[in-house]
Amino acid sequence: MIRVEHMYKNYGPYPAVIDVSFEVLKGEIVGFLGPNGAGKTTTMRSITGYLPPTSGNITVSGFDTVKYSLEARKHIGYLPETVPLYLDMTVTDYLTFMGRIRGMSRKWVEERIPKVIDHVKLGDYRNTLVGKLSKGYRQRTGIAQAILHEPDVLVMDEPTIGIDPIQVVETRELISQLGESHTLLISSHILPEVSTICPRVLVISDGRIVADDKPSNLSQRLSGNERIELGVSGIDPKTLISAIRKIENIIDVRSDTRAEKLDQASKENYHPIIVDTKSNNNSSEKISKLVVDNGWGLRNITPLPMTLEEIFLQLTQTK
Amino acid sequence: MKNIFIILSKELKTYFASPMAYIVAAAYLAITGFFFVASVSDAFSEASIRGYLAGATFFMIFMSPAITMRLIAEEQKLGTLELLLTSPIKEAEVVIGKFLAAFITVIIMIILSMYFVIILYIFGDPDTGPLFNGLLGLLLYASSTLAIGLFASALSPNQIVGLVVGSGILTALTIVDFVASRIQGIGSDILSFMQLGASFSVFDLGALGVAESGHFADFARGIFSVTDVVFYISITIIFLLLTVIILESRRWR
Repeated sequence: MIRVEHMYKNYGPYPAVIDVSFEVLKGEIVGFLGPNGAGKTTTMRSITGYLPPTSGNITVSGFDTVKYSLEARKHIGYLPETVPLYLDMTVTDYLTFMGRIRGMSRKWVEERIPKVIDHVKLGDYRNTLVGKLSKGYRQRTGIAQAILHEPDVLVMDEPTIGIDPIQVVETRELISQLGESHTLLISSHILPEVSTICPRVLVISDGRIVADDKPSNLSQRLSGNERIELGVSGIDPKTLISAIRKIENIIDVRSDTRAEKLDQASKENYHPIIVDTKSNNNSSEKISKLVVDNGWGLRNITPLPMTLEEIFLQLTQTK
Repeated sequence: MKNIFIILSKELKTYFASPMAYIVAAAYLAITGFFFVASVSDAFSEASIRGYLAGATFFMIFMSPAITMRLIAEEQKLGTLELLLTSPIKEAEVVIGKFLAAFITVIIMIILSMYFVIILYIFGDPDTGPLFNGLLGLLLYASSTLAIGLFASALSPNQIVGLVVGSGILTALTIVDFVASRIQGIGSDILSFMQLGASFSVFDLGALGVAESGHFADFARGIFSVTDVVFYISITIIFLLLTVIILESRRWR
């Protein structure tokens, strides 16, 4: 549905996107993840035909976005980052206009709008001026215009930015629903959002794609590391840490400084420790054996999955 | 064509749903009314619309950019331009649709002011040929000023910038004869040829006619000249093209 091949985009002498290639297949929901300024919006603007790439090819539903721009645009629903709305039009008028400039007949638009309004749950506001809607409802109006013409492909740039948490949850649900009938590309810098909605994540950093995988695979594939949370009593932390360091394949040992852990540990009188180790060599067993053999008290030993945030930081900083 | 019509009807609706169009129309009628009355209230004054034309051409220096200033600047500010330009619609269709909406708005104002003409026919005996020639000139002049205003609106997301730049260009093209008369040679000829509006000698309220120089002068005198028609149509097309180029320039920036 979306195919990006060796896309480069320069703003003057500054490269914004460097050799980006990926493909989004029909029915896929893909998260496009990256820090601010990584090139997400630029890539999306190229896909939607707003900015042509400096070099490389992009096709949407088989149409080249530069050569057959008008044709390609018909197959895309686009929600830019700042939701573009005419504040002095009512929701219905706005959607009518958007439908008409996308080549829909008046009759078709009139039949389609009530369905779309129901879909995004804007029923009570169909005749309200867009300028009087709250941010969450403006977002819905933006989504409504994007799906109005039944596009094959939906491109949404930061669809949940700047709205309150309850509306964020509702918007996410709406997007998940849309994913059942559309091919979706969603950008975000909010990691949990991407991991809940998208089965596949593209990570972009400094204009390059640095990862393309399932959120669950990313952690393993990337680092090959495991993290263990440990609680030990009856020994001072320095001795404990240096003792664990001697075990093979241990990467790092440090005191756990997270406030809630420290709090609990001081109440129960043990030391919280975080251990980073290489995967698949029974580090947990070795550590527990060490603690027990020395006669210290093992209060807890738990493997911690790496959060998407940490993976993200690792990906975007090391490369 | 259909796309142009969709943009046009949306912009017209926006104009007449906001107080802006009515305020501008009221100001237009007041200013042109003043000039018209001043030009026909002498004892032996001429039954013509030259006074009206003087007022109209002068006021359009500010009115046209005021009408067009929001057309593109606002779309840039709201971000809707991105949506418009990612819809299956060409830049030229957007520009032409918006231009026509502004032009129709001005035509409506001109039609509203036509009671001056009716008054002339009731109380005097105006020459019909020069009168309609003058109105044709006014329409051509209005389209040029609106195209320049639209161009100015595309320059930045700030409407005030559009207004100031638009009025600035129009003022410069109106007083250019002032400069042309003080230099010699081909430069002077070129500057004289560029004169879009009536000269500022309209401020000479004793005469209260339209300037003696510039493309508008012939229309005001009742002379039909193909050169002048081509001049105004060319200015309109050139500035509409420049506007399209500005909208497309994002592609190579």
